[in-house]
Amino acid sequence: MSYILNQEASEAFFNELKKTYTIYAPKRIEKAGRYSDTDLIQYGEVQSFAEIVFDKKSTFPMKEVINPIQQTLFYYTEEEFRESSGPKKKILCFGRPCDINAQKIQARIYDGKGGFVDPYYKRLEDVISYVLMECPQDSDSCFCVSMNTNKTDNYVFAIKQTHDGLKIAVKDDHFEPYLQGAPITDYTASFPESNDLSLVVPEIPSKEIQNELKKHDVWKQFNSRCISCGACTIGCSTCTCFTTRDIVYSENSKAGERRRVSASCQVPGFDQMAMQKEFRSTAGDRIRYRVMHKFHDYDARFHEGHMCVGCGRCSDRCPAFIEITSTVSKMAAAIEDIKAKGE
Amino acid sequence: MAYNILTPKACEILSIDKESIHEWTFRVATDVHPKHGQFMQLSIPKVGEAPISVSAQGDGYLEFTIRSVGKLTDEFFNMRPGDTIFMRGPYGKGWPIERFTGKHLVIITGGTGLAPVRSMLNILDSDMSKVESLHLISGFKNEECIVFRKELDMWKNRFNTTYTLDNEEIEGFKSGLVTKFISEIPWKDFNDNFEVVVVGPPMMMKFTGLELLASGVPEEKIWMSFERKMSCAIGKCGHCRIDETYVCQDGPVFNYTVAKDLVD
Repeated sequence: MSYILNQEASEAFFNELKKTYTIYAPKRIEKAGRYSDTDLIQYGEVQSFAEIVFDKKSTFPMKEVINPIQQTLFYYTEEEFRESSGPKKKILCFGRPCDINAQKIQARIYDGKGGFVDPYYKRLEDVISYVLMECPQDSDSCFCVSMNTNKTDNYVFAIKQTHDGLKIAVKDDHFEPYLQGAPITDYTASFPESNDLSLVVPEIPSKEIQNELKKHDVWKQFNSRCISCGACTIGCSTCTCFTTRDIVYSENSKAGERRRVSASCQVPGFDQMAMQKEFRSTAGDRIRYRVMHKFHDYDARFHEGHMCVGCGRCSDRCPAFIEITSTVSKMAAAIEDIKAKGE
Repeated sequence: MAYNILTPKACEILSIDKESIHEWTFRVATDVHPKHGQFMQLSIPKVGEAPISVSAQGDGYLEFTIRSVGKLTDEFFNMRPGDTIFMRGPYGKGWPIERFTGKHLVIITGGTGLAPVRSMLNILDSDMSKVESLHLISGFKNEECIVFRKELDMWKNRFNTTYTLDNEEIEGFKSGLVTKFISEIPWKDFNDNFEVVVVGPPMMMKFTGLELLASGVPEEKIWMSFERKMSCAIGKCGHCRIDETYVCQDGPVFNYTVAKDLVD
């Protein structure tokens, strides 16, 4: 069933939800943007519908809710490691179709397909449900349609902001009682059908071409452009890599926390072992590693599509204006070049 | 609270043996029984955590041969018997022992690459009936870098051994890289019934692989153990990934048919 709520009814609905759920959504942090007098739109806990930003793509991705920039794994003393505690309440997380689809990719890495289940991911995944925010297609860096991530059915209800409230289409009947008595409408969620940008991901037909591609000159142009800051991976909806770091509460303290901190394959040192040379020592090597992971290696391992939802945040965040669809197109040209030389 | 695979357990250091200036062997009390070639995540609170190969095992203990090269390993060198370290594991796929049984086995190591095969060598030392013969080529940079001297002496009497130093010759050690001695292995006498194990620094493994192929060894008979940076050891952190392969889960031991394509 679908409902229409004015602002007052929307907030009453929100207050009822808050009794059972912790609610995360993109919200505005004023004057915290990259440039002066610009705002940051970031995921965080929200206390009212009015706080939620519907009309602008969040600066940083939804993954920060489930896989935060840093989280405490253990509290330690000299004698023991004690696991940190998980969420106390169920979680509702608001996102656009690409954001929700990105969680499938997070899950494939963390749920231990063919391996181990990550307990910190699992304890959040068990209590989280998604609310679909209808995408107003406000960004020109998106290419979700090309990545087949423009639609989703992984949500409990869909929501669209109107000039004086909300339209809501309930998918999970569990949420019907919250809306009893509200005016009914015929609203159904709509999804993006096209983007300004499009991308055809090239096939890498063999291991030989894959290894030739690693050596191809196409990557060298990034040595002088990319500053290896890692902003693309922090902005990425699907990047999952992390490092483990111990912190102490004071210099002489023997107690502290073992934390998981986001790591970036674009930052020097990611692959470096103590007293050894880096395997990927140039910016070009590191971009090659990321781009081939997103658009080949991940799919080669999991066989369920590529590790990109086309949200365009890597392009948005790059201070050197390296744009992802044109980078992949350059990779496609390099593959054709290798094939032509092999013939 | 449910079992957490990432929880490190406190373990007592039972003894410390100085192999060389930079490499010490730590014997740690534990009931864990890893397969030969698997690794454990060792940690010291406040300092951090790292993957370390098991260099020997016995009832109630594991041994780790650690080189002081970084923040964590340096801290190990400040520890004494009776101190506590933390451990979780074992992780990864070890040596395919069942493939080696009843065959001639050739083991080629560079430097502390001897550590991940030491427990397997010790088992074979006490029971040679598992293999037809064992040829060991172990190379070290120089005299200072020699590890497991006691065992090297012991294995000399048991296996066909060649010990080398890169640029010097001393009693019991020839001069030259391990690749120089591959042609001395009596490959023809093996009647195709053999397997080869290679462990060492990346460049040593690369050129040893190529030399083995040049000697006519088929790719599928060569096994290598990789070492990469790791944070989690359970396929999540991404540091050890090469293409679609996670060294922590799919390795660290790989057949050469896979290893040859693992370009970082």
